[in-house]
Amino acid sequence: MYTMGIDIGSASSKVVILKDGADIVAAEVIQFGTGSTGPQRALEEALKKSKLSLTDMTKIVATGYGRFAFERADKQVSEISCHARGIFHLVPTARTIIDIGGQDAKAIRLDERGNVIQFFMNDKCAAGTGRFLDVMARVLEIKIDEMAEYDSRATEVVSVSSTCTVFAESEVISHLSQGVSKEKIIAGVHASVASKACGLAYRTGLENDVAMGGGVAQNAGVVRAISRELKRPIHVAPNPQITGALGAALFAYDEALKS
Amino acid sequence: MTETQGMNSKQKLGYYQEKLYQDALDAHSKGELVCWSSSIAPSEFCETMGIHMIYPENHAAAVGAKHGALEMIEHAERKGYSLDTCSYARINLAYMDLLVEEAKTGETPEVLENCPGPRIPLPDIIITCNNICNTLLKWYENLAVKLNVPYIIIDVPYVHTWPIPEYTKTYIVDQFEYAIKQIEEITGKTFDYEKFVKVQEQAQRSVAAWDKAMGLAQVVPSPLNGFDMFNFMALIVCARAKFAAEDTFNTLADELKEKADKGEDAFKGGEKFRIAWEGIACWPYLSHTYKSLKSLDCNMVGSTYPGAWSIHYTVGDLREMAVGYCKMYSNTCLENKVNVISDVLTSTSSTGIAYHLNRSCKLMSFLNVETAEIVKDRTGVPYVSFDGDQTDPRNFSPAQFDTRVQALAEIMEQNIAQNK
Repeated sequence: MYTMGIDIGSASSKVVILKDGADIVAAEVIQFGTGSTGPQRALEEALKKSKLSLTDMTKIVATGYGRFAFERADKQVSEISCHARGIFHLVPTARTIIDIGGQDAKAIRLDERGNVIQFFMNDKCAAGTGRFLDVMARVLEIKIDEMAEYDSRATEVVSVSSTCTVFAESEVISHLSQGVSKEKIIAGVHASVASKACGLAYRTGLENDVAMGGGVAQNAGVVRAISRELKRPIHVAPNPQITGALGAALFAYDEALKS
Repeated sequence: MTETQGMNSKQKLGYYQEKLYQDALDAHSKGELVCWSSSIAPSEFCETMGIHMIYPENHAAAVGAKHGALEMIEHAERKGYSLDTCSYARINLAYMDLLVEEAKTGETPEVLENCPGPRIPLPDIIITCNNICNTLLKWYENLAVKLNVPYIIIDVPYVHTWPIPEYTKTYIVDQFEYAIKQIEEITGKTFDYEKFVKVQEQAQRSVAAWDKAMGLAQVVPSPLNGFDMFNFMALIVCARAKFAAEDTFNTLADELKEKADKGEDAFKGGEKFRIAWEGIACWPYLSHTYKSLKSLDCNMVGSTYPGAWSIHYTVGDLREMAVGYCKMYSNTCLENKVNVISDVLTSTSSTGIAYHLNRSCKLMSFLNVETAEIVKDRTGVPYVSFDGDQTDPRNFSPAQFDTRVQALAEIMEQNIAQNK
């Protein structure tokens, strides 16, 4: 039996096709989110890769910011539940999850069965999210996937203290104009993101193990900064960007079993 | 009251709201006194002396609910009011400014002309009571100074410890007596203590009818949807000392009782989850927030907010009246807040609660972070917080709200499954 999970985020679309609720047959990420061609392209790519068709899917669950815009879904489940389910599936020892996506950051507390018992999300503000990093990468004239490497070369972490993305951008520009190296600034940017995410994580009670998912977890610089801040190791889910879609596919499997 | 005979509760609500505004406009045009009052200031004193009352917070909420807030807020911000100021204050200060401009020029400014909220007259007196927040003190002072009208403050100390200390009660009674003296000076009339008793009796009957109607939300499934609770609240604010409130709430209670007796509920059999809502409604998004919860089969049956006007006292006892006006939720310590919310959750059988982190209302919102944790520890009821604002539409994100309440519903579903 095949089930599909589709996570339509603000910045990217992710599709996971699951066989019998266990094996990932296809996992696709397209860096375009809701309102774009991203969801359709991710869907087509996943089907192509798995050599399956949409009619082979017993159930489809949609999640993410654009979950209600995907008409072919049998059900919509919130990204909180989906990320929790997906990460717990990959990291069963996880009790605290930090998930940083394109426009939101969340910290989720799980019990030993993987049930969500508490969660906190960012305010109506882009600080500490993937968008924040996008803005900083643009100002620093580097690609987003180069940030981790720059961070690893930093000999110092400069302070980027502004909470507001716009003010933080000015702060980064000010550091650049003073000749501070990009490495140090990027380490500061990562520390700023970590500080916001950890603020949410502390509120959950911070039980071990702490696992990360979401697109930003691909940035080893942010992961290091969070680990430093929380003073404990961070377990990054394999292919962290697809954890929401994986959770959705697992919920779709539940639905399939019910029917 | 023959004019409302045969009307249902919603018709009475509409009728009386319109009448209250029209009566104030008529009074103003006849040269009678109109008072702008904060929403939980004692209305009994002015009512006794025949002064017509307008409640700026309630009026601002009405402007917000009718999607007219942004134009008013922008007008206020152009005048220099910070966006960190309460949005009720910004709407009201803008409205006042536009009314003044109209009075001075004889021409109605376009923003005022297009405002979908009810028309209100300028005031002759300002009364505030700081039992709900301290922003009111400067907001209303600003009104009084700009309009050069008398300003009466009923200062109610914050209740830091429970029970309310005797010296606090004594102080508030002194405040009441001084307010009466000021009203006597303004009106040029002696305070009518016999009528005052009648007014207090009416206020107590209105409150009893309000309690009776709102209490029916405790029935499972509930015949009342909580967003109607927000709508009906208009009359407990604006007409607490009038028959209008008693009349409407008794009709509402009868209707709800009839529904409950027949086993009917607000969601026509679809009430799956019962939740409480802590904080003021997001008036510009009242429909969105209602529909979002309804799509999840979530009925909002509990709120601490309408209970704020459930002010009980023995008629004629100023000391008890002082307690009534100082013990409301927003004027009390964390310990009492936790007790009140826990009681709301228990009495309404709510299995979840949504906390509105209201950018406009720092007093209610700042404590919520701590309150929520303690209430959860005590009751085990899961909660969710969302960012919003009572009337500034820019501070609320519908998609963020939807995600948070959907996740809450999923946690409640998970809890139901585990308890089976």
